[in-house]
Amino acid sequence: MIRVILPPHLRTLAHVGAELQLDVEGPATQRSVLDALEARYPMLCGTIRDQVTQQRRPFLRFFACEEDLSHEPPDAPLPDVVASGAEPLIILGAIAGG
Amino acid sequence: MSKVRVLVGTRKGAFILESDGKREKWDVSGPHFAGWEIYHLKGSPVDPNRLYASQTSGWFGQVIQRSNDGGKTWEIPGGGPQPGPGSMPSGTSNKFVYDESAETGKPLTTHQWYDGTQHSWEFKRVWHLEPSLTDPNSVYAGVEDAALFRSTDGAQSWHELAGLRGHGTGPRWQPGAGGMCLHTVILDPSDPGRIYIAISAAGAFRTDDGGLTWKPINRGLHSEYIPEPTAEVGHCVHHVAMHPSRPGVLFMQKHWDVMRSDDAGDNWHEVSGNLPTDFGFVIDVHAHEPETVYVVPIKSDGEHYPPEGKLRVYRSRTGGNEWEALTEGLPQSNCYVNVLRDAMAVDALDSCGVYFGTTGGQVYGSSDAGNNWTPIVRDLPAVLSVEVQTLP
Repeated sequence: MIRVILPPHLRTLAHVGAELQLDVEGPATQRSVLDALEARYPMLCGTIRDQVTQQRRPFLRFFACEEDLSHEPPDAPLPDVVASGAEPLIILGAIAGG
Repeated sequence: MSKVRVLVGTRKGAFILESDGKREKWDVSGPHFAGWEIYHLKGSPVDPNRLYASQTSGWFGQVIQRSNDGGKTWEIPGGGPQPGPGSMPSGTSNKFVYDESAETGKPLTTHQWYDGTQHSWEFKRVWHLEPSLTDPNSVYAGVEDAALFRSTDGAQSWHELAGLRGHGTGPRWQPGAGGMCLHTVILDPSDPGRIYIAISAAGAFRTDDGGLTWKPINRGLHSEYIPEPTAEVGHCVHHVAMHPSRPGVLFMQKHWDVMRSDDAGDNWHEVSGNLPTDFGFVIDVHAHEPETVYVVPIKSDGEHYPPEGKLRVYRSRTGGNEWEALTEGLPQSNCYVNVLRDAMAVDALDSCGVYFGTTGGQVYGSSDAGNNWTPIVRDLPAVLSVEVQTLP
C-alpha cells in the first residue's frame, strides 16, 4: 500500500481527502504509482503528467522524506519507507502566482 | 414564462446566473470549479441541460467538464473507473493530440513564434467549446496552439480536424498576446458542412466540407502591424459574429477595425464608421435584428480599457458604420476594465437581452436591447466568457 498526498485542486477533482492509499503492482516507482493513481482516478489523467509524453507537468514536484524526487527517473525505485507505506509520496504544486 | 441562464467563465471558476423572463431578479450559483480558470462554457442548442465547460490551470493542465442538468452537477466525461474490458477508455476527455498523419491532412508541425522563428505546436488549453446544432454529444473545441478538435461521444474523446493545419499557411501563423488560440467557432445552421473559425493571430478560415479542407477568408483585412498588411494570413482577428438567419453575413472585431462580410467571408469591408476607437474584442448581433450589431470599443492595444474611462457599448442598427453609444447604467467615469472576446452574448426573448462581462468581475445585462444596463453581479473574478441560454 502506497500513501499519496495530492495538491488541493486535485483532491477536489478526484473527490478525495488530503491523503489517499493505493495498491501498486510490482516495484514502487513514480511511474507505477502514477499508473495506479490514474487507473483508480481517471479524472487525474493529464493533470500530473502529460497525456502524450508522460512528462511531469512543469509546475508540479514529487517529494518524499523531505527529499525532492522530481528529477529521479520515472522507473527508479521510490524510497523503501514510501514503498512500505510508512511515508507518503507528496505531489506538490509550485508556489507560483502570488 | 421563459427563463434565461447566463453561463459565466472567470479566472477563478464558473458562475451560473438564472432569471425568469423579466430579467430583474437573478439567482447566482457558483463558483463551480473554484480556483480554476474557466475559459468557456456553453450549452447544447438541442438539449439545453447539456453543458460543456473548459477548466484549465497552469499547474494541472486541461480538464473538460460536462453537465446533464443545466449546471447543477458536473462530471468529467469518462472520469470514472473503466467499467470493463473493451469499454470506452477512461481519462481521455482532456487528451488533445494533434493529428500529424499524412492520411488526414499532413498538417505542418511548426508555426511562427513571437521572434519569427519556427516553433512546434504544443497543446495548452481549450479556449472555446461549440456544441453541435443537432447532436448534444457532438461538440467542437477551439484550442491553443491553434487547432480545431471534435468530439462525437459527449467529450470523452477528441479528434483533430487536421485539414485546418494541413492547408499550408501554418508556418505564417503566430501567437497574439494571449497565445496562438483558436477562439471562435461558428456553425452555419443552413449548411452542416460549413464552419467558420478564427485564430489570433492567423485570421479567419472556412470549411465547406465539414472540416476536411479549409481556406483563409481574410481578403479585405488590413493590418498595419504585420509586415504585409493585406497578407492572406497573419491578421489578429479578435472575434466574429453571425446572425443565424443570415449565415453568409459576418461581423468581425479585429485587433483594429470592425469589419463586415456579405459573402461568407470571401470579402470584407470596414464598418468602423464613427466608433471612438475601432480596437476591441467582443462583437455580437441582436437576436431578432440581423443588422443590429454590438461592440465595446477599447482604447488601444497598449491600453486595454475603455476610452476616457467610460464603459460604453456601441450599437449599430445599420449593420455597421453608424454607431450609437449606449451608456445608461454603465460607469461613465474612472472605469478601466476590459471586455474579453468571448464575454458578450444575447438572449432570444422578444425584447432581446444583451449581456457582457468585464475583467473587473461585473456582468452587465440589458433586457431592452442595450438601452438600459444593470449589473447582474458586480464582484466576480475577472470574466473570461459569457454565454446565454434562453429556456422555455
